[in-house]
Amino acid sequence: MVYVVIIFLWTAILLYILLGGADFGAGIIELFTSRANRPRMRKKMYEAIGPIWEANHMWLIIVIVILFVGFPKIYTTVSIYLHIPLVCMLLGIIARGTAFVFRNYDAVKDHMQKIYTPIFVISSVVTPFFLGVIAASAVSGQIDLHAQDFVSAYVFSWLSWFSASVGIFTVTICAYLATVFIIGEAENEQDRQLFTRKARRTIFIVMAAGGLVFLAAHSEGIPLLRWIFSDVPGIIALILATISLVITFVLLLRNKPIILRLLAGFQVTMILFAATYSHFPDIILLKGGDNLSLLTHQGQVKTMETLGYALLIGSIFIIPALVYLIYSFQQKRGSKEAH
Amino acid sequence: MDDFLAARLQMAFSLGFHIVFSCIGMVMPFFMCTAHYLWLKRKKAVYLDVTRAWSKGVAIFFATGAVSGTVLSFELGLLWPKFMEHAGPIFGMPFSLEGTAFFIEAIALGFYLYGWNRFHPWFHWFTGVIVGISGLLSGILVVAANAWMNSPSGFDLINGQYLNIDPMKAMFNEAWFSQALHMCVAAFVSTGFAVAGVHALMILKGQNVNFHRKAFQIAAIFGTVAACLQPISGDISAKDVAQRQPAKLAAMEAHFQTEKGAGLIIGGIPDTAAKTVKYAIKIPKALSFMATGDFNAEVKGLDQIPQKDQPPVAVVHYAFQIMVGLGMAMLGLAVIYFIALFKKKNWAESKWMLKLFVIATPMGFLALEAGWTVTEVGRQPWIIYGVMRTADAVTPMPGIAYSFYLFTAVYISLAIIVSLLLFRQITMVDKLYDSSTDKKIQ
Ligand code: HDD
Ligand code: HEM
Ligand code: HEM
Repeated sequence: MVYVVIIFLWTAILLYILLGGADFGAGIIELFTSRANRPRMRKKMYEAIGPIWEANHMWLIIVIVILFVGFPKIYTTVSIYLHIPLVCMLLGIIARGTAFVFRNYDAVKDHMQKIYTPIFVISSVVTPFFLGVIAASAVSGQIDLHAQDFVSAYVFSWLSWFSASVGIFTVTICAYLATVFIIGEAENEQDRQLFTRKARRTIFIVMAAGGLVFLAAHSEGIPLLRWIFSDVPGIIALILATISLVITFVLLLRNKPIILRLLAGFQVTMILFAATYSHFPDIILLKGGDNLSLLTHQGQVKTMETLGYALLIGSIFIIPALVYLIYSFQQKRGSKEAH
Repeated sequence: MDDFLAARLQMAFSLGFHIVFSCIGMVMPFFMCTAHYLWLKRKKAVYLDVTRAWSKGVAIFFATGAVSGTVLSFELGLLWPKFMEHAGPIFGMPFSLEGTAFFIEAIALGFYLYGWNRFHPWFHWFTGVIVGISGLLSGILVVAANAWMNSPSGFDLINGQYLNIDPMKAMFNEAWFSQALHMCVAAFVSTGFAVAGVHALMILKGQNVNFHRKAFQIAAIFGTVAACLQPISGDISAKDVAQRQPAKLAAMEAHFQTEKGAGLIIGGIPDTAAKTVKYAIKIPKALSFMATGDFNAEVKGLDQIPQKDQPPVAVVHYAFQIMVGLGMAMLGLAVIYFIALFKKKNWAESKWMLKLFVIATPMGFLALEAGWTVTEVGRQPWIIYGVMRTADAVTPMPGIAYSFYLFTAVYISLAIIVSLLLFRQITMVDKLYDSSTDKKIQ
């Protein structure tokens, strides 16, 4: 049963990065869009993301619930030592969620929009940044359970070039997902060209940020290369991701929005796979080489069983409904455009 | 401020904030669906307008509720890691099911908000009903988790180890039913009175009266029916508390000495040092009856509880008085409203009736917060009653006071913005929905 739970955990993380990421990305690219194109961009984004928006951050909640029910030691270690970046991320989530709603549901669209929009945009950058920082800090051996003073226990557990670079990388991934996603929403040639140009530019930025991660890892003595290249599945995943990135780049010139979306999703899946596979089942790497493993730190049998069943039963209800939601809005939009 | 106090205050603040939004997010869909139902049946445009206006409210509250809830699921670990380390695997069952319920709610809301004119009208309506039902389910589940903290079960504590965990038994602990029932009814009372009060005010101001009258009627009926059920459910809760947490009951009642045929104390100022209550009204034997159903039964007082296991008496006592007092006031108003509906039709929309509802606008939510203060502070000094002390659960990280200031500032600004937003929704009704002529603009 523990493997069922782990699969759910992994999938929920992936879906949060994909769907939530595209959502954050929408805010990020707004920041990098010229003032003239901004309203159009925003409208398209809202139409595309609106219906599933409410469901998006549910993935994050599922991750948290699985962690505290099934792997409490892992949840509490992260909560204690990464308190500060977690709080930063939470502030981002609060600011973003509320600003999104305010700017779309305010009864009067007036100068208040000038307040909501910057909050929305800034928090769209801050939240995934700290998400990346937290993930990087968890796996890079920075957390020190024996630290004696405040700074080494609660600050240097996450403050490093490596964590920062992974944070930046996460932000660029989100932007990339959003730009690819939005191409499919373009209704005329002009929009399509605008979005395509954006997507190509973001690919370069993602690659640059990826390079930055390796540089930072190298300078801080984190054996990132060895992790990824130490076993075959990791290498394959990375190669596949690279190949599909090239394909994406080529396909950007043609009009194939659905394939592009799938490819982008595939790349992110592969990156997450490569990043997690090599040290599975360890999920937290501590200073001094001790690790917290999903297998040794799982809850008692009965807990894992009920959790597993709860997740399975839950997905029976959720997946068809979610698929139908996405399907029917794609469908209706398609038929509307055909008219 | 010391870190422990800061952590407690931050938790209390976050929950106190979340509860308002989640209750509205839980109950408004039912109002909305009622209006929607009336629109589908009677085809009067005003009902459609009410539905649309309320659905915007639901969206705002759902999102704020979801955001504050997400924060809470992190805060449990950020502030109380030692608690979560042991409690997570035991009381996690309702949380994992709650995840499903939230998810369904979010999906159904997606259908509802974006589904106008896209689906069969009754299917569309039905997705709204699903929003309400799954919201209610989430409420019940999360309260079951809280009830476990009051009556821990489903595990054995052996040498400090939590063994033989049974998550199902933990979920259906002794307190879950009385607490979940009381909570759900409370959500209807507080949202009903708040919404009715706002629309009553707008009728009094003479703005778009037709629209606000319909809205008022729906909210007032829900609120008043629930207000009549609330004392009954409260009585069940009180009997339950008497059995399972005598210290909490004693604090609620400021009942210092154990006695047979104990009297019920109303109001007054408890003096913990002198173990007396000044200026209180005392009804003989009523406490024994309330707690057990027998006028002469013995009720445990604070004297039988070791000093170090006693909750703060004054806070719990005041909070309990406030809750019950407001509950009785709303019950009174409900009775008057029913007389008006069934006997004296001309009272129902009279100025004084509307004014009473305006006065009652905040009462439900005040009672709700007071009730939670009773439950939570009354459980102190325990975080898991009789098992783990709150002081042992707090995070080792210093400097929580700053986090408390930060979150307090955030919550206060959010509260201000949401109020502003609602204010604008309500004042815009005039321009968005012209319901006097049964014709829709917008
Ligand atoms: C609209 C709100 C409201 C109103 C009018 C009342 N209550 Fe209440 N009460 C709550 C809202 C609430 C609550 C906030 O929902 C609590 C907190 C935890 C819970 O389960 O419900 C609560 C808790 C609570 C408890 C503690 C339960 C526990 O710790 O398990 C008792 C004994 C009562 N209530 C009793 C009453 C009585 C006798 C009332 C008579 C009118 C009453 N309540 C009205
Ligand atoms: C939504 C309504 C709720 C309100 C207004 C509320 C209020 C409070 C208050 C006032 C405290 C501080 C008590 C003290 O330290 O003296 C507190 C503590 C706490 N509450 Fe609640 N509570 C609510 C529901 C819940 C629920 C549903 C849970 C868990 C499932 C919960 C978990 C906790 C925890 C873990 C603490 C910290 C430990 C403690 O002080 O006992 N609360 N809450
Ligand atoms: C008595 C206390 C509580 C009640 C009645 C309650 C009820 C609800 C409801 C009905 C919602 C749905 C949001 C809406 O419709 O507006 C919600 C959202 C949420 N609550 Fe609470 N809640 C309580 C306490 C808590 C606690 C203690 C936690 C944390 C562990 C929590 C976690 C969440 C989360 C994560 C969400 C967001 C779900 C989403 O995205 O839809 N809640 N709550």
